[in-house]
Amino acid sequence: MIPLNAYVAVSAVLFIIGLLGVLIRRNFIIVLMSVEIMLNAATINLVAFSHYLESMAGQLVALFIIAIAAGEAAIGLAIIIVVFRGKISTNVDEMNLLKW
Amino acid sequence: MVQVFFAYFALASIAAGVLTVALRHPVHCGLALLALLLHVSGLFILLNAEFLWAVQVIVYAGAILVLYLFVLMLLNLKTDERYFHSSYLYFLAPAAIGAVYVLALLIRSPFGGAKGDAPNEAVLRDGDTYAVGIKMFSDYLLQFEIVGVFLLGAVIGAIVLAKTPKPITNKHER
Repeated sequence: MIPLNAYVAVSAVLFIIGLLGVLIRRNFIIVLMSVEIMLNAATINLVAFSHYLESMAGQLVALFIIAIAAGEAAIGLAIIIVVFRGKISTNVDEMNLLKW
Repeated sequence: MVQVFFAYFALASIAAGVLTVALRHPVHCGLALLALLLHVSGLFILLNAEFLWAVQVIVYAGAILVLYLFVLMLLNLKTDERYFHSSYLYFLAPAAIGAVYVLALLIRSPFGGAKGDAPNEAVLRDGDTYAVGIKMFSDYLLQFEIVGVFLLGAVIGAIVLAKTPKPITNKHER
């Protein structure tokens, strides 16, 4: 029997990897992929607690997370296409049109 | 046996996550993300959540990742020479210290709580899909409908954003 702490530790490691990816990568598409890693870490947490606490609520929220990740990917990639059409770059450092 | 599978899935998903963040070429990052998603779905199998495994493979690996790869090929990106943020070394040390601290806390903490209303024997007997479906369409119906409206908004928003803008000069010239 695997302890719950093992799943939570795996989830924490994946979340920190995704957070580092958001912080240090310069390509906007890779930043979105790192957000997907963070969402997956949250999903592992929810499913693990759902199994060990014997409640279905965690799995349902995980399903909603997957649906919302699909919407987020669609909108994010559409924004990337719009930005790329105007500036020919997907570098997050050069997207500063809305910056003060 | 279960421990072996857990160790494989956990280590492989962490390695794939590191590769996703660290690889240079965006297509390679996408393929590493595919490996990560499939190994995370293996963790779901170990947790008796086979419906979520199927959804993860179909929606994440089948739809979202294909969307990413389509956009990557559509944009035909050049690989930057410097692909990390210019001051990324300042992020690494605090992240490592924080990660070790959080991990120590998580491994030592005794998780527990009141058991819910879905015992594992019942879930194993009826199947995870049955349990998820019964719960989804009784207690979580409103959230289900809200997610449907959200997805409709996301579809319309993506189409409106990515559409080629029409030139608007014709009407005023006449």
